[in-house]
Amino acid sequence: MMEIGPEEIEDLATGASILGTGGGGDPRVGKLMAKQAVEEHGPIEVLKPEEVPSDAFVAPTAMMGAPVVLTEKIPKGDEALKAFQALEDYLGEKCHATMSIEAGGVNSTIPLVVAANLGLPIVDADGMGRAFPEIQMVTPTIGGVSATPMAIADEKGNAAFIETIDNFWTEKFSRSITMEMGGSAIIALYVMSGDEIRDYTIHGSLTHTIEVGKSIREGENPLESLLEVTEGFHLFRGKVIDVRREITGGFVKGEAKLSGLGEFDGEVEIEFQNENLIARKDGEVIASVPDLICLVDSETSRSITTEGIKYGYRADIIGIPCDEKWRTERGLELVGPRYFGYDVDYEPIEERI
Amino acid sequence: MRLGVDVGGTNTDAVILDEKDDVVSWTKTPTTDDVTEGIKKAMKSVVSEVEKDRITHVMVGTTHCTNAIAERKNLAETAVLRIGAPATLAIKPLFEWPEDLRKAIGNHTIIVEGGHEFDGEEIKNLDEEAIRTFLTELKDEIESVSITSVFSPVNPEHEERAQEIAREILKDSPISVSNEIGSIGLLERENATALNAALVPVIERTSKSITDAINDLGLNAGIYFCQNDGTLMDLDYARNYPVLTLASGPSNSIKGAAFLSEIKDGIVVDVGGTTTDIGALKNGFPRESSSAVEIGGIKTNFRMPDLISVAIGGGSIVKKDGKIRVGPESVGKDLPNKSLSFNGTTFTATDAAVRLGLADIGEKSPDISEEDAKEALSKAEEEIQEGVEKMKTERSKVPVALVGGGSILVRHVEEASTVDKPEHYEVANAVGAAISQVSGEVDKVFSLENKTREEVIEEAEERAIDKAKKAGADPKTIETVNLEEIPLAYLPGNAVRIKLKVAGNLKIK
Repeated sequence: MMEIGPEEIEDLATGASILGTGGGGDPRVGKLMAKQAVEEHGPIEVLKPEEVPSDAFVAPTAMMGAPVVLTEKIPKGDEALKAFQALEDYLGEKCHATMSIEAGGVNSTIPLVVAANLGLPIVDADGMGRAFPEIQMVTPTIGGVSATPMAIADEKGNAAFIETIDNFWTEKFSRSITMEMGGSAIIALYVMSGDEIRDYTIHGSLTHTIEVGKSIREGENPLESLLEVTEGFHLFRGKVIDVRREITGGFVKGEAKLSGLGEFDGEVEIEFQNENLIARKDGEVIASVPDLICLVDSETSRSITTEGIKYGYRADIIGIPCDEKWRTERGLELVGPRYFGYDVDYEPIEERI
Repeated sequence: MRLGVDVGGTNTDAVILDEKDDVVSWTKTPTTDDVTEGIKKAMKSVVSEVEKDRITHVMVGTTHCTNAIAERKNLAETAVLRIGAPATLAIKPLFEWPEDLRKAIGNHTIIVEGGHEFDGEEIKNLDEEAIRTFLTELKDEIESVSITSVFSPVNPEHEERAQEIAREILKDSPISVSNEIGSIGLLERENATALNAALVPVIERTSKSITDAINDLGLNAGIYFCQNDGTLMDLDYARNYPVLTLASGPSNSIKGAAFLSEIKDGIVVDVGGTTTDIGALKNGFPRESSSAVEIGGIKTNFRMPDLISVAIGGGSIVKKDGKIRVGPESVGKDLPNKSLSFNGTTFTATDAAVRLGLADIGEKSPDISEEDAKEALSKAEEEIQEGVEKMKTERSKVPVALVGGGSILVRHVEEASTVDKPEHYEVANAVGAAISQVSGEVDKVFSLENKTREEVIEEAEERAIDKAKKAGADPKTIETVNLEEIPLAYLPGNAVRIKLKVAGNLKIK
């Protein structure tokens, strides 16, 4: 049986910032919360998707809201207790475990805090295999799983229960409740049975994210081990020569331009909206969402966020194939380049190389 | 005349500037383990060359506080009070501090109910009773108090009330409140505030020893500490904000370089014995860092100069194993014994400069090939160049000022429009200390619900001017030197973070 302790949490946070593809919120606060929770309650048990009984319910958990609020008004830690109670009352039975719905960024670590505080195991799976900005952008949506019943809770002990006609409405309602709760809240949603988890989620992403972090920490050549673990492609190495960025409607939107270094010629432009979405080399698309486009520091191979990228940085651009579920027609409707407003047809990264 | 002293890792430098701001006396002495001894020696040396009576001000940029944190010595037993429960319980105060540092300040922490939301509404009423109980119990053990409340940069009310309660119970003990130290980011602001509280006895002792030293020299001058934004504070003010002396050295170099080279906006490269500090000048002041800065292994978010340190200096060791490598190891202050030019056995970056005729120091031309010397300097320049590029914010070339004892290594900076190595470049840091002004600063979140943008800026300006006056500025000379408006992303409502700084000349006493 695998367990999560302080060292795994450290690697998980490093890995999650890579899979965050520039966004997803800084995992730092979540990491410290998880460390304290494990210190107080002991290590967390990890369940493989196949170990979840067919009829048992699992409730994924996440933080919703503004990352800046999370850094100032840190959660209490056991908010999810109320959320789980609300869900369990509705379902008429106990939840078996929790899991992550978003492997990239801060939401890789929040379910660990919930698991430790509630004494639940965590399932080694997630609903994105990366980070995305909205609630409906998860593989269970492709499978027709409803985000609701959903519960949302704050540190004061308030909890709200949401039932909606589709996952877009869930996004709408929960955003406004989050604001009333002070700009950040803990949510439990996409309740799934063991069978649904096996069919609709991305398996092994918790352990994979830890492996990604470990490859950077332990690798003699971090970039090579990172590429090996992620089965990624080294798209480019360059110096950042231009960054344009604006914050509108809660999104960091903009582009960064890199000029080639070493064996790489030409220029690459990355367009981002919180996450890196499109990479173009000399005008031609070389990678696009939902494949992962990660910018890492050339020296340390640690991730560079879209908020933190600056002129003069030396960076490697890595392209990582997304999960096959995203490459279906329904998957691309939800998170393909056109959903984000780009006139680009998705082609798998390995075919563009 | 003004006397400026600046303590560096390798050397302690001092200068005296006359009424026309010309350097009339300067010295460079090795930094001593007891930092005050080196300061005394440097001051004595420059004072001996001028008429003592003419010295009106002494400005000291020192590393006492930096060293106290690094060595975990002389820090105050501190009560670390956080207001925010039931929020924030998931990460306790001082959670990520190294064990020895936590112990060094006594590890007295509590989280009480209270604090605010992002829009300034209360999370909970302030639990005054819990604060009273906590502080009364610790009364005899603690020397200092740190108070941090959730969203205090938006609404400082609970911090101010807690400060009043602490004042009633603890009488004269120093109290640090987080809204005066850092900005949004609870843990980082709390860390900076707790460090500030813990440093109070260090700055008090330092003030005393420097005052004694100045009296012993027979000077009758006002004494000021250099802050890390390149401005000064008098001893009374410093007692409340010792954390602001951290990293004053690099800021002094940046300011000194600006003054000597007459560059107002550009990049400053300060090459020392072991490292090169690269900073940026914005309107004559050091540009501030926008990200969290680590101090003694803890993340903080208070005002610090934006700096890049590169492991290249005059003492950097050159190694040849197929390729030439320079640094990060350095002979540091042993350069005069260990380097080849001084009959030692270690090939240093300075030797490469001597071999190429760029510097005339040491006792002989080192026995190294011209090729190796050129390659070593190219390597050193490449690393410095990379740092310069990271400090630039745009593509166009910028003016560069080159200072510090190790700047003999640098022949060329690729992305510079001009490279200026001004006279007295070796002691630019002490010059920076001597020419400093006095500032006042406000970094707070203001609500625009019932006020216009202009009213809010005016209010910020008034508060900053008030702070500058308290720090010793002549009111007639105070002007605004920096104003930034940062809209708060991801949040509804009308709130804006205003960073405003005013600066003025020292009031002559």
